[in-house]
Amino acid sequence: MTQDLLQTSETDDLKGFEIVVGLEVHCELLTQTKLFCGCKNNFGDEPNTNVCPVCLGLPGSLPVLNKKAVELAMRIGKALNCAILPSTFHRKNYFYPDMPKDFQISQYDQPINANGYLDLPDRSRVGVERAHIEEDTGKSLHIGGSGRISEATRSLVDYNRAGVPLVEIVSAPEIRSSQQAKTYVQELRQILVATGASDGRMEEGSMRVDANVSVRPIGSKTFGTRCEIKNLNSLKSLTQAIEYEARRQVDLIMEGKVVSQETRHYNETTNSTSSMRSKEEANDYRYFPEPDLVPLSPDALWIEEVTSDIVPLLPATKRARLLSLVGDEYLSQVTIVVEMELDEFVSEAVKEGADVKLVLNRVINEAARDPEKARELLVRDFVDLIMMEASNKLSATQSKAILQEMIDSNESPDVIAKRLGFEQMSTDNLREIVAKVIADNQNEWNRYLAGDEKVIQFLLGQIMRLTKGRANGKEVMGIMTEIKKQNS
Amino acid sequence: MSLGNRPPSFGSSVSSMPSRARELAKLVREKEIKAQEILEVSLREIAARDGEINSFNLLLQDQAMEDAKRVDEAVAKGGYKGRLAGVPIAIKDNICTKGILTTCSSKILANWKPPYDATVITKLKEEGAVIVGKTNMDEFAMGSSTETSFFGPTKNPWDTTRVPGGSSGGSAAAVAAGMLPLALGSDTGGSIRQPASLCGVVGIKPTYGLVSRYGLVAFASSLDQIGPFAASVDDAALALEVLAFHDRRDSTSLAGGLYGSQHIKKDISSLRVGIIRNFLPDAAESCRRAVTDAGQFLAGLGAKVEEVDIPELDYGIAAYYIIAPAEASSNLARFDGVRYGLRVDGEDVEEMNIRTRTAGFGLEVKRRIMLGTYALSAGYYDAYYLQAQKVRSLVKEAFNKAYQNYDVLLSPTSPTVAFSLGAKVADPLSMYLSDLYTIPTNLAGHPAISIPFGTGEDNMPVGLQILGPALSEALLIQVAEVLEAG
Repeated sequence: MTQDLLQTSETDDLKGFEIVVGLEVHCELLTQTKLFCGCKNNFGDEPNTNVCPVCLGLPGSLPVLNKKAVELAMRIGKALNCAILPSTFHRKNYFYPDMPKDFQISQYDQPINANGYLDLPDRSRVGVERAHIEEDTGKSLHIGGSGRISEATRSLVDYNRAGVPLVEIVSAPEIRSSQQAKTYVQELRQILVATGASDGRMEEGSMRVDANVSVRPIGSKTFGTRCEIKNLNSLKSLTQAIEYEARRQVDLIMEGKVVSQETRHYNETTNSTSSMRSKEEANDYRYFPEPDLVPLSPDALWIEEVTSDIVPLLPATKRARLLSLVGDEYLSQVTIVVEMELDEFVSEAVKEGADVKLVLNRVINEAARDPEKARELLVRDFVDLIMMEASNKLSATQSKAILQEMIDSNESPDVIAKRLGFEQMSTDNLREIVAKVIADNQNEWNRYLAGDEKVIQFLLGQIMRLTKGRANGKEVMGIMTEIKKQNS
Repeated sequence: MSLGNRPPSFGSSVSSMPSRARELAKLVREKEIKAQEILEVSLREIAARDGEINSFNLLLQDQAMEDAKRVDEAVAKGGYKGRLAGVPIAIKDNICTKGILTTCSSKILANWKPPYDATVITKLKEEGAVIVGKTNMDEFAMGSSTETSFFGPTKNPWDTTRVPGGSSGGSAAAVAAGMLPLALGSDTGGSIRQPASLCGVVGIKPTYGLVSRYGLVAFASSLDQIGPFAASVDDAALALEVLAFHDRRDSTSLAGGLYGSQHIKKDISSLRVGIIRNFLPDAAESCRRAVTDAGQFLAGLGAKVEEVDIPELDYGIAAYYIIAPAEASSNLARFDGVRYGLRVDGEDVEEMNIRTRTAGFGLEVKRRIMLGTYALSAGYYDAYYLQAQKVRSLVKEAFNKAYQNYDVLLSPTSPTVAFSLGAKVADPLSMYLSDLYTIPTNLAGHPAISIPFGTGEDNMPVGLQILGPALSEALLIQVAEVLEAG
């Protein structure tokens, strides 16, 4: 029983099976306008205000491809180590009220980006099969029933999102745990933000993840039957859904049943998945080449122009750069620092001579509370602070408190130290106080000179009392040792 | 009944009124005649004749009069350059006109007013053309007789017991009946040339991409082209000159300035003419004769005229009836009752979709949606759609090979003269064969022109088709003018 309770890690639950996951990530591109028309690409505007004949799919309207969207897609491709290829657009046909033309313009057998990979901070590599361009749909609002279309008494559609440019990034089925899936999405999100392609906000739906999950006996070379899990709105949903789904599939197999290929909906509240539609119910999308668009063949010059700045922006590059400065033993700290986009800051501080370990600790523990503001700190101020802590002018507690203040107020550390009364005595001032304490406590001083080491605590206490704790203990000891030498 | 009667030409009832668009526009620019006077003549002809012919779905008397007045005012100010100043024009009802019903002759769009103008409409207005009305057509341009229209068939002005051809039957009939000098149509598989042929007028299907499709309600996007109808080759040429420009709203629009780019004014004596031999045996005697007569006439002017077999073209129609319905099945999906047009309510969205489409589309449209959906379905795509695309490539290659030896090709436009109303309604296949000779041109994306060339069975007009390689419009027009004069 105790044994069972202890076995809570995901692999222990899987009775000799391993998880196989492939992720499909949709991200909205940060363009000014939509993919095929000049309407604004703006989240949160009044419904149906960013619409025109093209994105409403009115009869007679025609799509014209947004150049900026193509450029952002190429930037994503480059960042994911893909080949950037001549590509074409297809129509994906199915009826749905939030899709104005009742087909979606997407890329099919000739995507703009293919055959890439993503190196994760845990040193694993996940293949990226493709990253293609497509248009987003509108948003339906179902009124009545439980908010699902089947029970609604009426439905409203907002077409502001219809035609917003998306890139769909499809990983190879090479992810082997929920944790790795999470790391992949985190890394991908950083890449999308770093390349300026997307704001990567899962909660606003600008980054949406579907997971294809299957299980197989460890060591097996063939894949099990997969299920596609939808409605993963957070990293927590992603990991929990994968774990739930894997256990569900293993349980089915252990009971001698079969996993059927289907699309499943993840419910956050119950932390479980339920069937949406089976393979048989799946749409036949009747893909065929989009006759209203011409093939896209970016030439080498354009690709170079658009992607040449990418590599230095990538989190992997940043990690490598910082690790070479601080040492490989700091991989986990460096990963966090890069994720918070504080790597430049850390690197400058270290180059200024600040202690690596202290810098990383302060950045990860204190600066992490508000990375955006932390990025605005003056490196010089931060280095000063770390120097003060390293030379024992400040205690760790004082240093943390000052850094917090620095982030909030943008003042320099010595100003804050003064204000908080953390300012240490100047050496001259300290000498005067030490001399005064010696003079006032001749007996104790003589005992000390005679070799009584214990009495030092009393003397130190007196000094601290007079300095209200602002004296640095080590420095006081240094001064007393000096006087002792002079007297002997 | 006007059996065997050539209808009157535009303006013939008014002694001072020229019939040709080019002359009308010139006189308007020169203040010799007012746009409003021309429009009055047009409206009078329409009022007198269209009750019987039914070429218009919608007449825009008041708005057209205002437009004509505006042209007159602009002319009065001086320096007016509009190439179609004051020329009345009819627009096929699948070309979007802002705030004006654009129905595609379908119940499903019977109430639809687009919030925008097609680019060609904007252009026509800029050039001073006066839009008189929207013309009848086969529903969504699917048909060859204008009988699939939700608003009833258009009659052939030469003989009102016969069809005008289709799908642009309303536009062809309006011009043929002398109601106005110009009309726009669209041609996906022959929908301009075949009705031009059956109604005895000139019709041009331009090179794919020469004329913007923005605002043309799509039937089969990779085949559709807008083009003009006119009573003379010169007027059709004038209209095409106006229609040919680059439109950044249409990704398949060719660069500007291409029309006329291959306008090598050829000496007819150096012209190499090929008569498509395999298009002759199945054609009616009168249609065959038109082609051989035209060949002889050109040979008489010193042209080298030969018969040539291009057997690949015979497969065009089979490929077309895969590709066009496939694209149509996707293009027409949007008519689902959600946003515009007809809606028939149901218990849920899916039922609403089904009821709307069941009630809103006619039989022929449904037939083609089914055909196209089937051809694109999983497991059939390779056998049908992909195979058809291969045939399409072969047709194009065969044409291009022929054009290495010939500057232009000749064929009948249609296998027969205009047939009787109702004759082919129950037999879709025989109706489809009406476009046997026009379809390959669309598959290749090439231009072709149909001109009246004599009369045939029952004294009905016969059309001659002149075909050429991409962007050869200027040459086609030159040859057509030579034949028209002869």
